[in-house]
Amino acid sequence: MTKENNEKNTSVGRRDMLKGLATIPFLGALLLAWWNKRRKDHLLNQTIFNELNVSTRLTESEKIVSKEPKLRLGIIGFGIRGEQLLRGAGFPVPSQIDEWIEDAQNDPTNTRYENYLQQEDLNIEINGVCDVYDVRAEKALLASGNGDRLGSDGNIIPKAKRYLHYKDLLQADDIDAVIIATPDHWHTKIAIDAANAGKHVYVEKAMTRTIKETFELVDVIKKSGICFQLGHQGRQTASYNKARELISQNILGPVTLVEVSTNRNSPNGAWVYDIDEEAGPHNIDWEQFTGDGPERPFSLERFFRWRCWWDYGTGLSGDLLTHEYDAMNQILDLGIPHSAVASGGIYFFKDGREVPDTFQVTFEYPKKNLTLLYTATLASNRSRGKVIMGHDANMEVGDVLTVWADYESTRYKEMIDKGILESDTPLFSYIPGRKKVDAVTTATEKYFAGRGLLYTYRNGVRVDTTHLHIKEWLDCIRTGQQPSCNIDRGFEEAITAHMATLAYRENRKVFWDPEKMKVV
Amino acid sequence: MTNTGIKTFSSWQLTALVLLRVAIGWNFLYEGLAKLTDPDWTAMGFLMDSKWIFSGIFQAMAANQSVLAVVDFLNIWGLILIGLGLILGVFTRVAAISGVVLLAFYFLSHPPMAGLRYAIPSEGNYLIVNKTLIQLIAVWTLYLLPTGRIIGIDRFIFGRSGNE
Repeated sequence: MTKENNEKNTSVGRRDMLKGLATIPFLGALLLAWWNKRRKDHLLNQTIFNELNVSTRLTESEKIVSKEPKLRLGIIGFGIRGEQLLRGAGFPVPSQIDEWIEDAQNDPTNTRYENYLQQEDLNIEINGVCDVYDVRAEKALLASGNGDRLGSDGNIIPKAKRYLHYKDLLQADDIDAVIIATPDHWHTKIAIDAANAGKHVYVEKAMTRTIKETFELVDVIKKSGICFQLGHQGRQTASYNKARELISQNILGPVTLVEVSTNRNSPNGAWVYDIDEEAGPHNIDWEQFTGDGPERPFSLERFFRWRCWWDYGTGLSGDLLTHEYDAMNQILDLGIPHSAVASGGIYFFKDGREVPDTFQVTFEYPKKNLTLLYTATLASNRSRGKVIMGHDANMEVGDVLTVWADYESTRYKEMIDKGILESDTPLFSYIPGRKKVDAVTTATEKYFAGRGLLYTYRNGVRVDTTHLHIKEWLDCIRTGQQPSCNIDRGFEEAITAHMATLAYRENRKVFWDPEKMKVV
Repeated sequence: MTNTGIKTFSSWQLTALVLLRVAIGWNFLYEGLAKLTDPDWTAMGFLMDSKWIFSGIFQAMAANQSVLAVVDFLNIWGLILIGLGLILGVFTRVAAISGVVLLAFYFLSHPPMAGLRYAIPSEGNYLIVNKTLIQLIAVWTLYLLPTGRIIGIDRFIFGRSGNE
């Protein structure tokens, strides 16, 4: 090999090498750009969170409470809600399981059944059921024996005893606690009798039907020392807890207006429930249903659609405003308002009902310098969300929680001027199931979550809030602690709802006198 | 270009093909890295939103936690490895054909057929053909006109070819 050849080979080798590695600088450029972007995002996140003094981590972890001893429950009232409550407690009616299995077979994305099987066992048994309608009582009996969560082919043997009158159920020795899911006009009386009998109480909202009942119930519950939970399962919603945490750190600035709403648009949503063909005076104890209320001739409509009449229900105020109010009371510690004005009417469901289908209430909180506005219609699905409006930022609370800075904010002026914050994109958002709150979540993820497609809530599993709410009550019975929607929160809920009803029915501004503890 | 598999390109043709390869590789690699470094990323939402005749298969993937974990893993590392392969020209043809397969999944799960609506609005207007399909055809072209043995590490692995 000549020297010349050698040189040529070396230069070919070098050229070879260069050609082989020619694209590596592109890889370097990508990695550098990526590293820079990550640093920027991280800084942005840190700056925002430092400025706001908000932790990016969530306190989503649940307390571990011993599930001993086994608690023995009774259920009074097994309509639509009663069935849901027992299901949440782990005792479904078999036909529901059949339905879910079929849904899952038809649609592999439907994981409702699978999720339900994973729902935690609460170590309880259902020993008593009471319903004035035989068909529902039979259903409840079947559910009481279905702790294994089987379908109709499971040969389920009823476990509980049926009581024809709730008073007999309350006398039973093998019952420690009762779930009350009757129409509203029975809540107070049964809850009082249960507390006097030493039974712990979980009662559905609205807690009471009248202001007078509210004071009576609070008095008895406080004296009795039993564990009381009011059925606002929204207390368990992760985003509400995060909203409370964020607001307590004053990220919204002074809040002057809170808007909540109800939107439904179906007969079912407007309480026009199906009337069972097999129902009649022969299998409904009309006298017990009526209770202390005014005597009326037997009416299937009144029995199945009781929410449409003041005799039994509390209208939009007690049924749906209470959920919205309780969410805001949970987040903002609102308490009872100073005053309420209300208006509305029966504008769509002209079916003989007494309660309005369109209903607006303005609650004033002068000491807190804010107004709580509730607007509702049962004849349009246009959803308005829950919005908390502050001078520096506003927050929309749903399954996803989103905060936007206000472009005329005092507090964030500097950050907005510097371009760190933008008022037209969320300041940050919290998506349940994610491990952290994020200022730079991708638009795609927000989009998915906003549409409810990301339905992971706790430790990556979708959990029924009703189940969590019952679980909290049972935990508190075992530990002697106070549940989140205790009698004090219930008192605030009931008085607030009744102020709205009174304002509507008497067409006047209603006030709360905190000195005399009176609605005037 | 000859039929022997040894290809020769003019220098402009070669430049364009290599740049196309690097650009697509860049896109793959960054998609993979972005997903890798987001602890909460999962393909679940995307799969759940699948439409058209194959939606059942994609939704079933999302519905099963363990299958979903495998899908997520393969997707992230598939993107990263294909990206590296295309940028560096290493195992270029394997990378390209894998890219075609991956893009086919993306396309078939969300084809822009008339009448289908997706949760993520698209940034442009598409009917049947979208950017995913175009990218798929581009990667297929890269597979048929491989440049890794000319400009790329494949030169050391498989021996250089063409364009001496």
